[in-house]
Amino acid sequence: MAQIQIKNVAKNFGSFTALHSIDLTIADQEFMVLLGASGCGKTTLLRIIAGLETPSQGEVWIGDRRVDHLPPRERGIAMVFQNYAVFPHLTVFENIAFGLRMAKMNQEEVAKRVNRCAEMMHIEQLLERYSGQLSGGQRQRVAVARALAMEPDVILMDEPLSNLDALLRMEMRAELKGILAESNTTTIYVTHDQVEAMSMADRISVMHQGRIVQAASPIEVYRDPAARFVGSFIGNPPMNFLHATKKSNGRYSVAEREFDGPKDGPEKVEFAIRPEDLQPAEAGLDASVQVVEPLGPHQLLTCEVAGQPFRAVVESDLSFKTGDSVSFAPMAERIRWFDPESTKAL
Amino acid sequence: MSTATVKTDFRKKSRYLLMATTLMLCAWILVPIYLLVVNTLSTQEEVSSFPKAFIPSFNMENIMFFLQFQGVAFALLNSVLVAGMTMILSIGIGAPAGYALSRFEFKGKGAFRVLVLITRAFPLPLLALPLAVMFIRTGLDDTVFGLALVHTTLALPFAVLITFSLFSGIPIELEEAAWTLGCTRVQAFIKVIMPLVLPGIAASAIFAFVISWNEVFAAAVLTIQNKTLTAFLIQSLDESPLHLKFAGGLVLVIPALIFIFAVRKYLFAMWGIANR
Amino acid sequence: MNPRNLPYMLLFPATAFLAVFFVYPFVLVAVQAFTNEAGFTLEHFQTMADDWKFKISFWNTILLAIAVVPLQTCLALMMAKLVTSITTGRDIYLYIFTIPLGISDLAAGIIWLAIFEQSGFLNTLLFTVGAIDQPVILLGYQSTWIIFLAVVLAELWRATAIMLVILVAGMGLIPKEYDEAAEVFGASRWQRFVKVTLPLLRPSLQTALILRTILAFEVFAVVAALGGTTLPVLMGETFKWQFEFRDESVAAALAMVILAISIGFTLFFLRALRVPKEAQI
Repeated sequence: MAQIQIKNVAKNFGSFTALHSIDLTIADQEFMVLLGASGCGKTTLLRIIAGLETPSQGEVWIGDRRVDHLPPRERGIAMVFQNYAVFPHLTVFENIAFGLRMAKMNQEEVAKRVNRCAEMMHIEQLLERYSGQLSGGQRQRVAVARALAMEPDVILMDEPLSNLDALLRMEMRAELKGILAESNTTTIYVTHDQVEAMSMADRISVMHQGRIVQAASPIEVYRDPAARFVGSFIGNPPMNFLHATKKSNGRYSVAEREFDGPKDGPEKVEFAIRPEDLQPAEAGLDASVQVVEPLGPHQLLTCEVAGQPFRAVVESDLSFKTGDSVSFAPMAERIRWFDPESTKAL
Repeated sequence: MSTATVKTDFRKKSRYLLMATTLMLCAWILVPIYLLVVNTLSTQEEVSSFPKAFIPSFNMENIMFFLQFQGVAFALLNSVLVAGMTMILSIGIGAPAGYALSRFEFKGKGAFRVLVLITRAFPLPLLALPLAVMFIRTGLDDTVFGLALVHTTLALPFAVLITFSLFSGIPIELEEAAWTLGCTRVQAFIKVIMPLVLPGIAASAIFAFVISWNEVFAAAVLTIQNKTLTAFLIQSLDESPLHLKFAGGLVLVIPALIFIFAVRKYLFAMWGIANR
Repeated sequence: MNPRNLPYMLLFPATAFLAVFFVYPFVLVAVQAFTNEAGFTLEHFQTMADDWKFKISFWNTILLAIAVVPLQTCLALMMAKLVTSITTGRDIYLYIFTIPLGISDLAAGIIWLAIFEQSGFLNTLLFTVGAIDQPVILLGYQSTWIIFLAVVLAELWRATAIMLVILVAGMGLIPKEYDEAAEVFGASRWQRFVKVTLPLLRPSLQTALILRTILAFEVFAVVAALGGTTLPVLMGETFKWQFEFRDESVAAALAMVILAISIGFTLFFLRALRVPKEAQI
């Protein structure tokens, strides 16, 4: 059992606060992704869990042990690093065996485990090579095999795919997901790539400026962003936001149209809709098209609605050109509202 | 003639010019050393005769005479001892500091770097003067160890900066990976960092050796009975005959040639970060 | 053990060592130079300045540095540029160029003595081409300027390597794109060198110049080997006061003078070649 609990963890670097009082519980065998832009504190949080960084305050629990005072080697974790950290002076075999040898495992068992993990990662033909003779993708596989060989309770991954090219990244994504699902470990996976997060995670923690803004399943994070930031960060293109003013209780005017809004909401709110939840219609939000970008299956229109930027994703067989006026009808059940003061969802 | 051929013609010419300049510069370095070799491998009469032959007679009597000369063997031994001690001291003291500079952020880091850099802005051999007094009080006067201490002051800043740049060249991720795989700090250092930096450390150790081997002023000031080779040579410059000087010069130069050859790969890496 | 203390523990030996063998002796030199039994005094400086050789040795030292260092800088830059342009045999040329790095000033002095002494190779060469009919004394007191020239040559030969190494390492840190960008925008080879490489090389140039100038003020063994006492320099005078005249206070005063000019020039180079933080690579 390796449930991970982070209680009131904060980290300051001098006067800079990298993490503000984080509370997070990760269930046993859960695949948790920490998602955020660079500098949001996600890697710092991961390194605090790993023991590579000491928190300025708070507690870290792995299973039923408090670990924040323990060195990394006593935490029952394994880690995959962004630049793989495959030891250049050791063969692939010795790299994978490194942790097992540190644990004084007998030779036979070491060989068995190394071979099994190498097979799992499809690198069994590379065991005698050195890191310098491997491609980036192969090094990546060695790094994962080395972590798996430890049979840890927790695997920590720090942007493990960010140095691979796009195609390889997609391949590894699926493969990693499969392997980690089989391994019964709890996984914490740091990334800035929302596609990776959406496709792999059981749960995503979206981080912003040293805080967790939302921790929920991928689809919830996508459909029901808890804050404006989440909506603007997740989704490509991101959510559209338009100013709205209260007409009567529960009714708001947006770009001269009226919509059902939150009951008892404030005077001014923000109306939000994803670009793919729009349909060209007779009557709707009036937009003037500024840029048309064909994307293959559909096309992306960059427009202006009541002087505010607005994007729509529409079928590719509709023809638009710069300067066209279009009306978009938003799907009523997909409309979200945010409080401009607190930026929280209403 | 088309512009393309003019261009290649020009390229060719500039390549020849490049080669010629390079070869001339090589000659500028090598010819003086060659002439010293000629002088050393000639007989005593040939050395002081005129005009001189530009090809040696390959006579070993000169160098043998020098090596058997009163005090030379002892001075040679002293030079090796002092340089060896300097090498061990400067790496032993300097490498931990270099490691600390490359791996940690801490208060006083800037101050320490300034201290190290300042030592390069002072004429260090002058230290020998007050240290001579200090050594007499502590009984270190005229010992090879006392001189090694002074030479370590010369070599230490280089050792710190060079090892700093060596350790900085090794990603901290490697060490962190070792920690997560069950290593203590010390184990990670021995199993991961040591094998990777060892050649570079050896190179900087040799560099320290050369600094000590070549140092003249402090050696001459601090040793009387236990002279090093440089101290011996500088103090006998006035009285010793020419052929003896040349033989001594060559004995000084030969280890240098070998050492520079041994560390050639590291010279530039050593200075890359070190001068920042 | 608290990991916060680890860096200090690692730094302690080096700091303690430098405190004992660098900071403390310098305080001692300063005290010795400025005091006598009665307390503060400038009498040692007076004694030093009264010696007729002081002025000569002071100017010889400065002139040598002025003659050697700029020439050497150009030579080192040229060698560095050559080495970085060459593709085949680069390693062997680099090795040859850096050989003098391992050669002591004393050995260098002896090497150039083989060329300049009366029965040496320069005389032989002049004789062979018929410029002279009998060997002439080149390093005598009648012709101090030849001794000066010989020292300059020996210093150029010996000490260019350290600058070369620093500059080549510095050039290695400059990304190739800058040079290529300048080439695309139409800069000639020379313009690229002057307008792109040199300014970006400033930090390394600064290090090299400081190190070399300080070493130039410490010139001692080369001069001793080539000129004996005919061409007095500060470091040689210090040696003489310490050993022949056994007056350590005057030697300390001379040390202060060398120190002062070293600091002066270091500060000069620090200012003159300063790279503002926001303009660094």
